[in-house]
Amino acid sequence: MKSGGSKLEQILEQGHFAVTAEIGPPKHADPQGVIHHAHMLHDYVDATNITDCQTAVVRLSSIASGVHILGAGVEPIVQMTCRDRNRIAMQADLLGAYSLGMRNVLCLSGDHQKFGNHPTAKNVYDVDSMQLIHLVRRMRDEKLFFSGEEMKGAEPRFFVGAVANPFADPFEWRVDRLEKKVNAGAEFIQTQCIYDMERFERFMEMVRARGLDQRVHILAGVTPLKSWKAAKYLQTGVSGMIVPDAIVERLKAAEDAKAEGVNICIEQIRYIKEHVPGVHGVHIMAIAWEEVVPDIVGRAGLYPRPKL
Amino acid sequence: MIVAEQKPLAEIADMIKDCKKVLFAGCGGCVTVCLSGGEKETEVMATALRMKRQLEGNPLETVTYTATRQCDPEYVEAMADAVKGVDAVVSLACGVGPQYLAARYPDLWVIPAQNTAFAGGSKEHGVWEEFCGLCGQCVLHLTGGICPVIRCSKSIMNGPCGGSQYGKCEISKDVDCAWHLIYERLKRLGRLDLMREYREPKDWSKARDGGPRRITREDVMIG
Amino acid sequence: MDFEPKIVAFCCHYCAYSAADLAGSMRLQYPPNIRIVEMPCSGTIDHRVLLKALEDGADGVFVAGCMEGDCHFLKGNYRAKRRVNHVKEILKEIGLEPERLAMYNLSAAMGPRFAEIAHEMTARIKELGPSPFRKRGGGDEK
Repeated sequence: MKSGGSKLEQILEQGHFAVTAEIGPPKHADPQGVIHHAHMLHDYVDATNITDCQTAVVRLSSIASGVHILGAGVEPIVQMTCRDRNRIAMQADLLGAYSLGMRNVLCLSGDHQKFGNHPTAKNVYDVDSMQLIHLVRRMRDEKLFFSGEEMKGAEPRFFVGAVANPFADPFEWRVDRLEKKVNAGAEFIQTQCIYDMERFERFMEMVRARGLDQRVHILAGVTPLKSWKAAKYLQTGVSGMIVPDAIVERLKAAEDAKAEGVNICIEQIRYIKEHVPGVHGVHIMAIAWEEVVPDIVGRAGLYPRPKL
Repeated sequence: MIVAEQKPLAEIADMIKDCKKVLFAGCGGCVTVCLSGGEKETEVMATALRMKRQLEGNPLETVTYTATRQCDPEYVEAMADAVKGVDAVVSLACGVGPQYLAARYPDLWVIPAQNTAFAGGSKEHGVWEEFCGLCGQCVLHLTGGICPVIRCSKSIMNGPCGGSQYGKCEISKDVDCAWHLIYERLKRLGRLDLMREYREPKDWSKARDGGPRRITREDVMIG
Repeated sequence: MDFEPKIVAFCCHYCAYSAADLAGSMRLQYPPNIRIVEMPCSGTIDHRVLLKALEDGADGVFVAGCMEGDCHFLKGNYRAKRRVNHVKEILKEIGLEPERLAMYNLSAAMGPRFAEIAHEMTARIKELGPSPFRKRGGGDEK
C-alpha cells in the first residue's frame, strides 16, 4: 500500500468493487448533521467524500467535517478545490488533514465562484487540478513541498484521487485528459454522475483501449433523482452534465418519482457492474438525500461491505 | 488596447457636485480606440454635464482638452495651462491617466471618469473583449495563440475542466471555453502533443501577485 | 402652452430634404417652426451636434433619414437611429425630456408625410413646453 493507511486504497487493491458516497456539510457550524449522516453510511460505504464548498457556497470545511466523520468511524475522502486556496494554504491544509488522520484526497478545479453565495470573492486558482494531483503525489513519493523544497519530517501519504467527466466536451479529449491525470499521479477517479449510459460506455471503451483501467481505479458516479424537475434542472442548468430525455420522461410517468429515481440508480449500478468492464467501484452522490444510500447499496447487491 | 467603460454620468456628476469649473481631459490613446474617452466622448461628457448642471440651477463651467496620451510625463506636462484655475479635472483616460495627473499636479483634485476593465481588442465595431491576462510570462506559443490565463475563467494551465460543454465555459453560454478553442486550434495544427504535456504551476510573482511591476530599457535611458 | 417652438430638423439630402422640398412644391401647409438643416446622410449626425442644438435652446430636434433598408448610403440611417437613441438616454440622465428628440424615416416621394411629421413634432413640443435652455428675450439663436 502506497498511502499511509487508506482503507479505500486497500479495498481497491484487493480487487473489491468499492463503494463511496458523498456528504455535503451544512451551511452553519453545527456538525450534528454530518455525524448523523456518517453513522447512517457507516456499514454501507468504504469511504465517503466530503464536498469542499460545492458550487462555491460557503459550508463547514471538508477537513473539519473529515474530523467529525472519522470520529463516527467512517473513512473520509477530503475534497480539495483549486478555487479558494493558493498553494501555501493547500499544503498547510494537506499537512493538517493528514495529521488529523485523513488518508484520501480528491483533487478538483472547483465550480467557479459565480455559482455560489459569494460571487464577488477573489478567484484564486493558483494551481490547477492537474498540478495539484502531481504535487500531492510528489509530496508523498519524494517528500517535497510544491516548491521543490525537501520536507524534513513526516510527509503526508495520501491516496490521491481526481475526477473525470465523460459528459463534458470535447468528448474525444476527455480520455486524453484522464490519461494526463493518471500520468500526473492520480490513483483513483470518480466520474461525474452518469445518466447517458451509452456515452459512458464509449468513454470506457476508449479507457480500456489505452489500458488506463489497469493503471487507475475508476469509480462510476451515480446520483438518484427525486423528481422529473430535478432531472430537467440537471439536464439544462448544469454545465458538463447530460441527462437523456428518456430519464426525464420515466420520472414524469412514475407514480412515486422518488422510488423510481432510486430504481433507476440501482439499475445503473447493476448494469455497470455487470456490463462495463474496467470500472472498479461506484460513487453514490446523494447530496441532501444521504438517507437513501443504504437502500441503494443493499438493493444493488453491494452489501455487506468487505471487512479489512 | 486597454479597454475602459465610462462611469455613469450620475456618478461623475456626484463627484464634481461642489465644483464650479472642471477640466474634462480626454486621451488620444487606448480610450480613443475603444470609443470611451477620446476627443468626441470628452466633448459629449462635458456638454451633458454642463446641461445637467444648468437644469439644476447650479451652472458648471467646463474646459476640454484631449491629450495625445496621459501616460507619458511629457504629454501631462503640456497640460499645465489647461489645469489652471479649475476646481477639478475629470480624466477620461484609463486608470493610468488620473494617476499621472495626480502626481504631476498634486494640488489638483483628480477624478476618474472610467472604470478601466481589461487588455483586449474589438470583436466587431462596438464590442470589445478581454484577451490578455497581463501575467508577465506569456505562454501563447503553447496554447495555439489563446490565452489560458484570462480567457479561461479558472486560469487553468492543463485544461479543460469538467465544466466545458458545447464549447462554452460553465459560467455563461456567452463565454467560449478557452481550452475548447485551444484544443480545436492545436488539433488543426497537428500539435495536440502540446496539450498532453504537463504544465507546471504558473509563476504568479511575474504577474500582479508579485507586487507593482517595472520594466526598463537601459539602452534608451537618457539619464 | 402658448409659445412657438423652435424645432431643428436634420434632414438627409436624398430622402427627407427632398420630401420637405416636395411638400413645399405641393403647397402643403406645415408649421413654420421647423428649421431644416440639410445633411448628405442622416448617418452623418453626431451626438455633439444634437446636444449642442438642445443646449443652444432648440425646443425640439429631429433627425430624418431614408426608409430603413433604403438608405442611399446603405446603413447611414441605422447609425443615425442608434445615435439618436443614445442621446435620448443621455437626455434622461441629465434631466431633459427625451421626447424632445426624435428620429423619423421617409422617402423622397413622401411630401405629405413630411408635413405630418412637422405637425406631429410641433404638437408634441407645444405639449412639453419651452425648453429650459431657451434663451430669455427671444431673438434668433445661431
